[in-house]
Amino acid sequence: MLIVCWSPVMVEVWNGPGDKKTVEGPSRMPAPIRLRELIRTIRTARTQAEEREMIQKECAAIRSSFREEDNTYRCRNVAKLLYMHMLGYPAHFGQLECLKLIASQKFTDKRIGYLGAMLLLDERQDVHLLMTNCIKNDLNHSTQYVQGLALCTLGCMGSSEMCRDLAGEVEKLLKTSNSYLRKKAALCAVHVIRKVPELMEMFLPATKNLLSEKNHGVLHTSVVLLTEMCERSPDMLAHFRKLVPQLVRILKNLIMSGYSPEHDVSGISDPFLQVRILRLLRILGKGDDDSSEAMNDILAQVATNTETSKNVGNAILYETVLTIMDIKSESGLRVLAINILGRFLLNNDKNIRYVALTSLLKTVQTDHNAVQRHRSTIVDCLKDLDVSIKRRAMELSFALVNGNNIRGMMKELLYFLDSCDPEFKADCASGVFLAAEKYAPSKRWHIDTIMRVLTTAGSYVRDDSVPNLIQLITNSVEMHAYTVQRLYKALLDDISQQPLVQVASWCIGEYGDLLVSGQCEEEEPIQDEVLDVLEGLLVSNLSTPVTRGYALTAIMKLSTRFTSVNRIKKVVSIYGSSIDVELQQRAVEYNALFKKYDHMSGDEWLRVTIDQLLSSVRILSCSYDPNSSVVSLNFHLTRRPLSVCQTFQLQLLSPSSNVVPTLNQGTVTQVIRVLNPQKQQLRMRIKLTYTHKGSAVQDLAEVNNFPPQSWQ
Amino acid sequence: MFALVANQKVVIDWPCFWVVLGGSFLPRGVYTVLLFKMQFMLLFSRQGKLRLQKWYVPLSDKEKKKITRELVQTVLARKPKMCSFLEWRDLKIVYKRYASLYFCCAIEDQDNELITLEIIHRYVELLDKYFGSVCELDIIFNFEKAYFILDEFLLGGEAQETSKKNVLKAIEQADLLQEVWWFQIWPLSLLVFSRISPAKPRHEYFNVPVY
Repeated sequence: MLIVCWSPVMVEVWNGPGDKKTVEGPSRMPAPIRLRELIRTIRTARTQAEEREMIQKECAAIRSSFREEDNTYRCRNVAKLLYMHMLGYPAHFGQLECLKLIASQKFTDKRIGYLGAMLLLDERQDVHLLMTNCIKNDLNHSTQYVQGLALCTLGCMGSSEMCRDLAGEVEKLLKTSNSYLRKKAALCAVHVIRKVPELMEMFLPATKNLLSEKNHGVLHTSVVLLTEMCERSPDMLAHFRKLVPQLVRILKNLIMSGYSPEHDVSGISDPFLQVRILRLLRILGKGDDDSSEAMNDILAQVATNTETSKNVGNAILYETVLTIMDIKSESGLRVLAINILGRFLLNNDKNIRYVALTSLLKTVQTDHNAVQRHRSTIVDCLKDLDVSIKRRAMELSFALVNGNNIRGMMKELLYFLDSCDPEFKADCASGVFLAAEKYAPSKRWHIDTIMRVLTTAGSYVRDDSVPNLIQLITNSVEMHAYTVQRLYKALLDDISQQPLVQVASWCIGEYGDLLVSGQCEEEEPIQDEVLDVLEGLLVSNLSTPVTRGYALTAIMKLSTRFTSVNRIKKVVSIYGSSIDVELQQRAVEYNALFKKYDHMSGDEWLRVTIDQLLSSVRILSCSYDPNSSVVSLNFHLTRRPLSVCQTFQLQLLSPSSNVVPTLNQGTVTQVIRVLNPQKQQLRMRIKLTYTHKGSAVQDLAEVNNFPPQSWQ
Repeated sequence: MFALVANQKVVIDWPCFWVVLGGSFLPRGVYTVLLFKMQFMLLFSRQGKLRLQKWYVPLSDKEKKKITRELVQTVLARKPKMCSFLEWRDLKIVYKRYASLYFCCAIEDQDNELITLEIIHRYVELLDKYFGSVCELDIIFNFEKAYFILDEFLLGGEAQETSKKNVLKAIEQADLLQEVWWFQIWPLSLLVFSRISPAKPRHEYFNVPVY
């Protein structure tokens, strides 16, 4: 223990590093406990409640100490308060005390005071403006470390008002020859510009000879300041383009210079400065031929000479690649950059692989062919253990798919779909569908791919995939038989994946005749087997209501294609009393149809796609504004493919809008073209399903009064 | 009120409102161009206890607590083999674990993650040099010193000094200014310092490699 007595009033006692106690000579109150003591005590608390109790006790002591305007211990008390604040306890009553500490003459006080200000105050409190005067005084203090504290605080949390008031002081310090202060002033100026962009102009003169500094700290912060100015103002950018040669020179010196112990990191001289210069060069060279040309050589040099064994070298290479890709570099340089990224992909360090994939994703549009060369490495990254890397590899893989590599890529991507985490499956499935649609080499391959996705990741495909797939299948006329056969077989294996079941049901309903007619390559099922499967879907617990709807409709449709109509009628009538309202509705209507057209033979049956009429209107979303009691409805009127039947032909065109305006302010129109060669009477039924105030509402309407001229 | 329009200066009344609206938790109108900026740095233990928090963007206490809580949970849930970067909200998080402490920085989209790792490493080296084989206990009991060192190394989220030696020299000089050293005593006291360092368990050291 070392006791130093330097005045009759104060005695400093040191117990080792970081431990300090001030003992008053003639003291009235017992000295508040020391910071380290408090920390030790609080750490002994075994429960949260115990800790809270200790904190409350100490806070009370601190509060009374603050009330007594105790100058001696204010610093210690605020320090303790800051510790308790970090534990999560409120410390707002210490804000004013921080200001008093800042105003104090003692350096210790100022240090803690400014720290407290940065932790407890921010620009939202009015109190913070009281700091302005103190900071102004301290910016002109005789001790550079005090000036440094002021600059640091202003540069971290100065509000716009403070910045306006003190910008002049910062500008003055930017021109000082003291490099310790100059570097801080530069970063403080960056903050001022961010808060009050109009003040940027006033810092322009001071930037004149910033880059001729030898001190690396000043150089680094100057480059940051110049970067900020160039990014914010195109005029500044044009003005500073002339600095490109100087920047290139500085960078060259850094690379060519020998070992400098002060700035060396793993054999590289001041990587932080190198990276910042490269970044500024990027901004200056973007879109400008002359500047880009001036920096071509140095970029090539950095790209080829930087040591890649440690992270720091790769950090510089990464920045170099980003710069090369952004400026107008010659093609050789661009290829060099992509190759660097390709090498990154093979690096053992997963961080490097991650940044490589991110960068390649950014460049794949512009330099597609160069990135293609690394396709196999990218695809290998699909097997990486890290989730972020896998995701990027997946996105990049999809970006690289084209007509030439579709078969190989799809094999890899489908394998990935099989084995990846659930969080990827939806995106991957969508990507596969998109890629298949764009580049499928044959219709059969396309259908096979879709089947594969539905069987492996069927539960994860998006809702809109089902109608899209149905559309696709409908359009591939020659594949109908093949498709329905494969889908039927898939149903036999597994009925748990709803999208697959829905698509399969629809196909069986539509093309059931092809399924049983002997057009398939393998042994075809008989009608009763098919109906067994569809009925199985209706009763299964795995089927959702939507799926049941598909299944019932399919059974209904088969009544015109199969001969076992009685069985179908029986099934349909059973569901006339189903609990599910939707199913009940359909069953009742189908029954009605049966009764009405009973006299017709199968060939004369109306092949009306009932789906279109009953479910062609689907509400997507509904919101309710309680203030004005207004309900906004967002419709999705689907456009169904042309339906062929013997009596009617229907074509639904796109609706005029997806949103019905509120308060009768407008209407939505959809045109339905009807080809009615037999001049049968037109009737239309509309069903609306929506939610109002949280409960589902169904509305039915029938239009029977089409003017006779329209159908006669 | 306020408006979010690109490249225009706007005034924010209540930045916390933006947190509620979702999307970016940063009031984008305050800075019109935020390309390269460290937004905050957090140090926390494996149990999720905060040891240091440095914020370079203005946020309310409530927001800071929320962000800290969520981020700590996210980072602690990462497996050891995963890479040091993750996307969180619309920021990139760079983190690295040294012994029992996680060092976590939030940077903007355009920032270079690899150099941020170097920044973190440089800060750890500075702590190591200052405290002499630093461990978590040093940061707990001398948190204000950890802040002082950080504030000599970074200002407004950017590095202000790239030389290790200069940062440490500045800290030493500033420490000497702290009341009160009788100028004849201080060389002796340095000797005393070195004798009275508390012993630390071996495994707690940060194991900062010297290149």
